[in-house]
Amino acid sequence: MTATLAAPRTLPIAPRTLPLGKALNAGLRRAMDEDPKVILLGEDIGKLGGVFRITEGLQKDFGPNRVIDTPLAESGIIGMAVGLAIRGYRPVCEIQFDGFIYPAFDQIVSQVAKLHYRTSGNVKMPITIRVPYGGGIGAVEHHSESPEGYFAQTAGLRVVSCSNAADANTMIRQAIASDDPVLFFEPKRRYWQKGEVDVTASLDDAYPLHKARVVRAGTDATIVTYGPLVTTALQAADIAAEEGHSIEIIDLRSLSPLDMDTVNASVRKTGRLVVTHEAATFLGIGAEVAARVQEHCFFSLEAPVLRVCGFSTPYPPAKLEEHFLPDADRILDAVDRALAFGQT
Amino acid sequence: MNANSSADTLIQIVTPEGKRTPQSEYSDAIADVTIDTVRELYEDLVVVRRIDAEATALQRQGELGLWAPLLGQEAAQVGSARALHSEDFVFASYREHGVAYCRGVDPTEMLRFWRGSTQSGWNPYDYNMTTPAIIVGSQGLHATGYGLGMKFDGAEGAVITYFGDGATSQGDISEALGFAASFSAPVVFFCQNNQWAISAPVSVQTHITIAERGRGFGVPALRVDGNDVLAVLAATRIALARAREGSGPTLIEALTYRMGPHTTSDDPTRYRSAAVDDEWKRKDPIERIRLLLERAGGVDEEFETRVRDRADTTAAQLRAGCLGTIEPSPMSLFDHVYAEPHSLISEEREHYSSYLAGFEGARS
Repeated sequence: MTATLAAPRTLPIAPRTLPLGKALNAGLRRAMDEDPKVILLGEDIGKLGGVFRITEGLQKDFGPNRVIDTPLAESGIIGMAVGLAIRGYRPVCEIQFDGFIYPAFDQIVSQVAKLHYRTSGNVKMPITIRVPYGGGIGAVEHHSESPEGYFAQTAGLRVVSCSNAADANTMIRQAIASDDPVLFFEPKRRYWQKGEVDVTASLDDAYPLHKARVVRAGTDATIVTYGPLVTTALQAADIAAEEGHSIEIIDLRSLSPLDMDTVNASVRKTGRLVVTHEAATFLGIGAEVAARVQEHCFFSLEAPVLRVCGFSTPYPPAKLEEHFLPDADRILDAVDRALAFGQT
Repeated sequence: MNANSSADTLIQIVTPEGKRTPQSEYSDAIADVTIDTVRELYEDLVVVRRIDAEATALQRQGELGLWAPLLGQEAAQVGSARALHSEDFVFASYREHGVAYCRGVDPTEMLRFWRGSTQSGWNPYDYNMTTPAIIVGSQGLHATGYGLGMKFDGAEGAVITYFGDGATSQGDISEALGFAASFSAPVVFFCQNNQWAISAPVSVQTHITIAERGRGFGVPALRVDGNDVLAVLAATRIALARAREGSGPTLIEALTYRMGPHTTSDDPTRYRSAAVDDEWKRKDPIERIRLLLERAGGVDEEFETRVRDRADTTAAQLRAGCLGTIEPSPMSLFDHVYAEPHSLISEEREHYSSYLAGFEGARS
């Protein structure tokens, strides 16, 4: 049987302001338009368009051989993507929710991450694994987790997280274009957050996928974060500004590799650092950032590096998540402690 | 052939006594096999057994960290591999040295992995065969994905994946059978049921035959005497033909026996009886073909010399290749972790490189 691949189609003129979820959809569409080897697979991504509608309309336009509704089995989705990649395809897998990724953990860390190394570079794994992650949507258990640390610790994987619509649109295309496997963490509670997006921009001019971005300049303290908490950190910085404190905010964007140059430069300027993320504090991304900052910016630090992250508990029931998730107040509490250090 | 056919019948063409059995249904699939072809298959079986014996010896001599012997499984591997075309793709486990030999992999390349000199011995695209998969059953899904890709490409070939009876307990094999059936992927699932998953007998893995499991997935299955190289060749040809014509996956259960240990670290005397071992020795895959050939007048001194020389030469090359392996340089540790530059790897590479450079010129 010969399957016909959908012919490239003209891009619609997208509105300039898009919600993050629609920006991802536009990015996926663009990647599929540009490369017939890009193939989407996951549960309910076809007619339904995914439970968050990120793949909406793509199966209708590209056909069921390029947007594949799979049986309900996460290891199967990733394992099959490995075979497709060996055959020369660029699979983009959707894991329906963060807490559902664990059945695929073995295929991701033992196969996707290692095949390039194991085959001395002969086999490439240009697989993108999309994961809607994090809390804040009032979901039931297994639907609000932040498992990015597991993957950031695995050699061979790249791990990124977008925080806004423009980055979502560009970063998903960059992830798909990468010859390495990329875990692409999507902040699900920000899917509806709107932003300016240029869906016609060329990737050649794009901000590098693995470079952190200073999203707000400041001089008194630095907040390092990523994904859903970038918005929260910006809220905190607004409040701090009213109190006369100038806070610099860095969106890491990439968790593996980490762009420490951008972080270090900021800490050398401000002398104070707070790291915040939803994932557990213990052995989280924040621990790595803190360790590296003390190694490289020891003499610039005016206060210990502080972390404001998820507790070392399982993700709680929805009625308790406001206590679990770092909010602007908890972040500001840490900023205040950093600013007050040594000034008794 | 449908999902209900054949799973209950054991396909056998040559008995352990070396006699042809009158099962014309499957004999048709090997109607082109002449006495010369049987002689070539016999030669393959002998050479593969010799590769295995030499590698086992090299492990005992400390040259390999580990080896997974295939003693007793030569017919299952040679028979299935000789059914393949060059454009077909093989997704192997870690015991398919006989398949690798038939794909043309240099025996030295097979050893480098077990010696610990490299993560894999060869480029999979050079032979259309993957290197050892240690995580049991993972390769079944890779085969299914590759097969689906072939189908999308309108490619000629088919895919075969090898796994053992233990792997059938893994979710990945069940998922692969389900996915392959759903997408009608051109995949042959070839299970070498060698009766043992390290120390656990196959009865611990399943209470029905492995072939019968195909039925539950809507995957037709064949159950074949895995020590009968002609029966395995016939069954695999039938399954590959189905895959090529777009009729989807087939499961083959090849009944065989792992006559040696699981690996060179294992001691099978702790968990199985010599009586059962002896029973399987009488079903030896090489002996029965030799008896068949003798009966047909296919063995003469020239043939015996040819086979012996081939085995000797291959073993000598393998040993020389193993001992002559150029070991990897320390800095190659950091090679190929990623396809594109990664700052963490670059940082660690530079740091370790300058650390090592500090020893240069030091008194030895």
